[in-house]
This record gives sequence, C-alpha cells and structure tokens, in this order.
Amino acid sequence: MAVTIDPIHQFELKPLVSLGHIGHQQLAFTQSALYMFAAVGVIALITVVATASRSVVPGRMQSLAEIFYEFIADTLHQATGDGGKRFMPLVFSLFMFVLILNLFGMIPYAFAVTSHLIITFGLAALVISVVVIFGVMKHGTHFFGLFVPSGVPKPLLAILVPIEIISFISRPISLSVRLFANVLAGHIAMKIFAFFVVQLLLAGAWSVLSPLPLFLTIALTALEFLVAALQAYVFATLTAIYLNDALHPGH
Amino acid sequence: MAQPNPLTTPPPGADTQVVPGHVEHAEAHSGAFPPFETSGFLSQLIWLALAFGLLYYLMDKVALPRIQAILHARSERLRADLDQAQAMKAEADAAGLAYETALRDAQGKARDIAQTTRNELAAEAETKRKALEAELNTKLSTAEATIRTRTEAAMGNVRSIAGEAATAIVERLTGQAPDPATLNRALDATAH
Repeated sequence: MAVTIDPIHQFELKPLVSLGHIGHQQLAFTQSALYMFAAVGVIALITVVATASRSVVPGRMQSLAEIFYEFIADTLHQATGDGGKRFMPLVFSLFMFVLILNLFGMIPYAFAVTSHLIITFGLAALVISVVVIFGVMKHGTHFFGLFVPSGVPKPLLAILVPIEIISFISRPISLSVRLFANVLAGHIAMKIFAFFVVQLLLAGAWSVLSPLPLFLTIALTALEFLVAALQAYVFATLTAIYLNDALHPGH
Repeated sequence: MAQPNPLTTPPPGADTQVVPGHVEHAEAHSGAFPPFETSGFLSQLIWLALAFGLLYYLMDKVALPRIQAILHARSERLRADLDQAQAMKAEADAAGLAYETALRDAQGKARDIAQTTRNELAAEAETKRKALEAELNTKLSTAEATIRTRTEAAMGNVRSIAGEAATAIVERLTGQAPDPATLNRALDATAH
C-alpha cells in the first residue's frame, strides 16, 4: 500500500487572503500571520483582559500574568541590573510571543510560526538592532569598546578583536537559528515517528511493533512541550544578556 | 516562475501529510523547503512587524504598567497591613505593660493599707491593754490596802480579844480581874 511521508508539508504557508505581488515577493495574509495575531490576542487575553479588575487577590489568569511578569522581570534584572527596566516591554513581548507561538505549534494540525527562519531572524534582528542603536546612542563610540577586551596585551588584540566582532555578528544568527532549528526539528521528528505508527500498522505482522513508535511519539511530544517553553526562555534570557552589553559595554 | 505558487495550494482540507494518493502534491513541493522559500519573506516580515508591533504597544502601554501597578499596590497593601499589625502589637504590649504596672501598684497599695490597718489595730489594742492593766493595778493596790487595813484591824481586835480572854482566864483562876496595866505589859511581851 502506498503511504507517503511528507514531514515538510506542515511548514507550508497557506495564503488566506492574497494581496498581490511585488516583484518575486508574494504578499498575502497567510495562516502564519493569522497565528501571529492569534498569539497577540491570547497574550492580550492573559495580560490585559485578565488584569482588568486589578484585584489585590488575583484570579487564575491574573496570577498567570503576574507570574510571567515577575519571571521576566527577575530574568531581566539578573542579566542587566536596574538599568534594564526600560527593556521590560521588549523582553516580555518577545518571551510571550515566542512562548505562545511555540505552544500553538504543539496543537495538532496547527502551524508552528517559529519554524520559519525569517520570523525568528526578524525577532533576532530586532534584538540586535536595539542593542546596537541603544548602545551607540547611550555610549557613542565607547560602545565599540565591547569588541576590545580590557587587560589584554596589544599584540593579542589583533587576534581577539576580530573574534569579538565575529562573535557579535553571529549573535542574531545563533539566536534565530537556535529557535527555528529546535522547533523545525522537533516537529519533523514528531511527524516521522507518528508516521512510523501508521506504516507499521499497515505492514501486516509487523503491526505488533507499532506501539513502539507510538510511545516514542508520546515521549517526543512531551519533550517538544519542554522545548517550546525552554526556547522561549532561552530567547528572552539571551536578549537580556545582549541588552546588558548595550547598557554596560565595558568588559 | 519555477516555484509553485502558494496561492494555488489546495484548500485546508489537504492539511494532513500522511494521505495516500497525495503523492503528486508532495512531489510538487519537493523542490522547495517551505521555511527557505524566499518568495514569502517580505510578506512574513510585514505581518511579523505588525503583529509584534501591536503586541509591544499593548504590553508597553496597557499590560505591563497595569501588572506593575497591581504588584505595587499589593506590596504597599502588605506593608501597610504589616505596619498596622506591628503598631497594634506595640499597642497591645503597652497595654499589657500598663496592666502589669497597675496591678503591681494596686498590690503595693493593698499591702500598705493592710500594714497600716494592722499597725493601727495593734496600737489600739496596746493602749486598751495598758489602760486595763493600769485599772487592774489600781484595783489591786486598793485591794491590797483594804487587806492591809483589815489585817491591822483584825490584829488590833486580836489584842483586845486576847486581853479579854486572858482577863477571863485569870479571873476564873484567881477570882480576881488582873490589873489592866499588867495585862497590857504581858500582852506586849507576847506580841513580840
């Protein structure tokens, strides 16, 4: 029996409303955009609607909003100290956005927005742009002292400065690829193991083995939930650490 | 255009991957890995910017200030309550202390009153006792004086009785009353 596996199909964009072309680029309101706005809606539900009563004794949803707030505020404070407070909206928005999009991706048949490199790269580029623009605005050329480790002999600087610059440039790449690759690989793995269940069930006597990939799929699903939350946290933490460089460029 | 147009992809009903007979669809996309399909990048970035911009605006202007205000109000409330509890505890402690002092004062006063009363009573008893004693002493001395005069009187009577008895004895023996002077001399001699 012909059963084909296409673990890639789940990442395809599906235009819901087409808006035409600009050259090679196709402009359309895709399911990806819908999921992004849905995520914004869910986050607003937790953080805006649930806190509308401003209860001193919080309800469940308000507690959730407060827990997220305090978690990110703590993370940001640990990485940047008191000066990082102004970045709270950015880091909080990034964390919630990535977390909810990752969790949306865990709903069967749903689309994982963060499995698209351009999305994660867009977010990472935003972070690095904020770091560079804020760093230069606040510290001027002193910001580029970031690339010059202090207390290092002059000849060594010739080697270290390029390394520092490369490591800085690689930050948006590693930040975006880490999230994208985790989500993409996880979804492909889940799909493949789930497909093995079907394939074994159709393979006559071999179908007795089908529970094995089923258990693996269940375990992988649990792992992917962990990855979904963990990668959102990693993204927010790294953002806070990079922002700390903009606040305190001295090594 | 080598890429298949995503706008012409099948409706959402063709969402499942493991669909038999769906081979031609999978093949149609085999050339492009969707996440790297550049034709959708601009569109995705625009929607990302709009969605994330909206999210940032909501968080920055509404959600985070509100949550911060809630947390601040709660910590203020907690601190105020704790302060109030502290004040009330101090008040209770002061009241307890005042009670202790009042109790000690009252006890001291009671002790004083008892002492003075005891002293007064003792003094009164002492005076009464002394008065009684004096009265008894006078009565005693009067009685003694009476006894003494009575005794003396009795003693004087004894002499006259003895004289009469002696006169009677002598008269009986001699038939003649003795001379009162001789009798007096004899009486004086026996009296010593």
